[in-house]
Amino acid sequence: MIDLDALRTVGAPLDGQVPHVPAAQAWDDRRLHYNLVNPNNRRKFTVIVVGTGLAGSGAAAALGELGFNVECFTYHDAPRRAHSVAAQGGINAARARKVDNDSVDRFVKDTVKGGDFRGREADAYRLGVESVRVIDHMNAIGAPFAREYGGQLATRSFGGVQVSRTYYTRGQTGQQLQVAGANALLRQVAAGTVTLHTRQEMLDLIVADGRAQGIVVRDLITGEIRAVTAHAVVLATGGYGNIYHKSTLAKNSNATAAWRAHRRGALYANLSFIQFHPTALPLSSEWQSKTILMSESLRNDGRIWVPKQADDSRAPADIPEDERDYYLERRYPAFGNLTPRDVASRAARERIDAGHGVGPLKNSVYLDFADAIARLGRETVYTRYSNLFHMYSQATGDDPFETPMRIAPGAHFAMGGLWSDYDMMTSVPGLFVGGEVGWGYHGANRLGANSLLSACVDGWFTLPYSVPNYLAGLLGTPPLAADHEAVVEALDDVQTRVHRLLDNNGTQGPDRFHKRLGELLYKYAGVTRTPEGLTRGIEEIRALREEFWTDVRVMGTGDQLNQELERAGRIADYLEMAELLCLDGLDRDESCGAHFREDHQTPDGEALRDDDNWCFVSAWESPSTPDARFVRHDEPLRFEAVPLQTRNYK
Amino acid sequence: MKLILDVWRQESRAAAGRFETYTVTDATAEMTLLELIDRLNDQLVAEGREPVAFESDCREGICGSCGMNVDGKPHGPQDNTPSCEQHVRSFRDGDRVVLEPFRSQAFPVIRDLIVDRSALDRVIQAGGHVTVDAGTAPDADVVPVPFETAELALDFAACIGCGACVAACPNGAAHLFAGAKLAHLSLLPQGRAERGTRAVAMIDQVEHEFGPCSTYGECAVVCPAGIPLTAIATINKERMRSVFRRKAN
Repeated sequence: MIDLDALRTVGAPLDGQVPHVPAAQAWDDRRLHYNLVNPNNRRKFTVIVVGTGLAGSGAAAALGELGFNVECFTYHDAPRRAHSVAAQGGINAARARKVDNDSVDRFVKDTVKGGDFRGREADAYRLGVESVRVIDHMNAIGAPFAREYGGQLATRSFGGVQVSRTYYTRGQTGQQLQVAGANALLRQVAAGTVTLHTRQEMLDLIVADGRAQGIVVRDLITGEIRAVTAHAVVLATGGYGNIYHKSTLAKNSNATAAWRAHRRGALYANLSFIQFHPTALPLSSEWQSKTILMSESLRNDGRIWVPKQADDSRAPADIPEDERDYYLERRYPAFGNLTPRDVASRAARERIDAGHGVGPLKNSVYLDFADAIARLGRETVYTRYSNLFHMYSQATGDDPFETPMRIAPGAHFAMGGLWSDYDMMTSVPGLFVGGEVGWGYHGANRLGANSLLSACVDGWFTLPYSVPNYLAGLLGTPPLAADHEAVVEALDDVQTRVHRLLDNNGTQGPDRFHKRLGELLYKYAGVTRTPEGLTRGIEEIRALREEFWTDVRVMGTGDQLNQELERAGRIADYLEMAELLCLDGLDRDESCGAHFREDHQTPDGEALRDDDNWCFVSAWESPSTPDARFVRHDEPLRFEAVPLQTRNYK
Repeated sequence: MKLILDVWRQESRAAAGRFETYTVTDATAEMTLLELIDRLNDQLVAEGREPVAFESDCREGICGSCGMNVDGKPHGPQDNTPSCEQHVRSFRDGDRVVLEPFRSQAFPVIRDLIVDRSALDRVIQAGGHVTVDAGTAPDADVVPVPFETAELALDFAACIGCGACVAACPNGAAHLFAGAKLAHLSLLPQGRAERGTRAVAMIDQVEHEFGPCSTYGECAVVCPAGIPLTAIATINKERMRSVFRRKAN
């Protein structure tokens, strides 16, 4: 058994730099106090933006529009491909046009409560306030939002909310926002304010004089490794859910940029807060590459059930109504099938583990549209979900009009991320974050449709204020010289690492390690966790990491397009990160949101939070030498507008 | 089941390519085409050979990263389906399947099955956007957009930018791609002020980078987003409109 104190120590507390005014006024107050950069001086500053998803394309385009020089990097061949493109259901906005009693305050309440009081209240306010013009902006730059017959914007409901504030475009909201954002970015490329570097992957951060001043990138076609320096760096590189190998994320989604920044001093917050999406496709075969997500919006009309009788192998149509257990409606009558994701995933896991799972591997639950089809008609259901139904049929060969979908919890969104203050700046001055790579809004569980929102708000309406505030203090300072020792050192480090991978001469390709790491994390740091399991997880991860460095085989060379090398580098970082993920879960001695510790639950199986001891963010520092310990820095959380309360969806 | 794969191998843009033949003996019906190549690559690496380079990302048909010719057809045997959603169940035990990169002059091969599709982005860069800066947009509810208009715009906006239309076209035209963007933006009120200049800029670029359209219609057969063939007519329609109107809008 690992002794926790041998692994980590507690360091100095952190200050989130939240303005000392009521949370609802924090953003106005902060903006009023931000320093500005004169339009004529803006072109004297260079900002690096890594990633072209909703946050990255937004930040790069908006900073370009303001007149800053932007160097924007993506490992994709085109900015449009970033994984924001795959988000389906929608984007929340507290526009509160309807008479269903929505408001910014209610949005904040839902978000803070949905996150189980482990996010920053003031950040949630900013999200709510800026959500209004996010819709206006994304609409104006070309996203064709769904409309009512009268021509007004249409909305729908998402989990954890009792109003209708989710704006959408069929089941492809992410795609439409992403393409609009990427096109806006290309407009700035055409205007000459943004230089776009495609197929370039960030492999290190350059920190000099205590400030982030550049990055090291590898050209994925030629293999060239080079440094780029700038006045500030924005990471918008997404989440790390893909660490679980089988996830709803894209195959190339990875944590390398963020993890390398962490190794250069940026603290990582709440790593164990991973959302398992309740409506992912179950695993059905060995070579299945992912657990495709089926949008949460389906829970508006679909009913989730399992057979009442365990090990029931009858076809769903043969199971009569009174032998079905609509367990979400039974356990949570107020929210029913629209409980938040962590609650729905846990309930599904509980039923599956109790032997009520369905499908050939008994590893899924039904999501049934029969009632909706009977109530609304086939055509209405088709209009709402056509592409989701199509996607499901493509993947499984089953038609949801004829037989219920089969779904299961799958690793999805990282609520944890690089710690940043209220200005989105990490613990390394000059290094900013936007979107899922950060941590602030979602606490221990993200509400559906708040992810597209946070990425858009960060990119378009937060970083364009906070980055110039930082730059203003650097007027007259040139970017770091290309021969500065910090640049040379970072370049050397990357070269060494790449060669170590290429020269390793092992026997197993990197994917095999990723697969094993994923299985291990699902087992020990999955929908529910135990201290024993997490401890075991840490031990097994260490052993796997050791095996990786003795036995990984990376085919090919470094001076060409080499996907095995790309994968190997990302998996090497995951193998470091996974240990801290388990440690964070082991250390946090409570249940909250998606972090469900079996040793902290109420008699009826709900998460038991410990506000007296754990009402803070854990922001971690990794050891710089093998014998040193991880250091946890705590940022206390204050809840004033939404007082601490027990989440209740019953 | 057993499949024999003839795969195009090419080390770099400058190198000469060739087919190599591999056999996968444990393919299963529910595998996707890309999972089949994952399986093959695992096997190749275990044998100490270089895996086949191919692009993929979301693996759920929305990012547009994947794409290859399968027995000469972009994406694979099933119409209107991206490579990541093509399944082994389309083949029979013992089949020989030819996998090669999208073939088009506008898409040079980078390695194996990976091509350079940046010409598509240059078309968008030329004018496929709306000139509105962050924060300056009017209220999205102020200008009503009829339900049918929004839905029709979305039919065109659904393009995933995979380039299969170009690979399918005997002329290597990108009219379906460019027409979809023009149709999407011309239907909506936003960006209407620059409808004419947008059309001229995008059409000039598309004609510079890609071949002419002869209305073969092959593009719409393979398009994974199901972009209607009428998109190609939008090119001429928008061109004529801008020529006669001689105005920015």
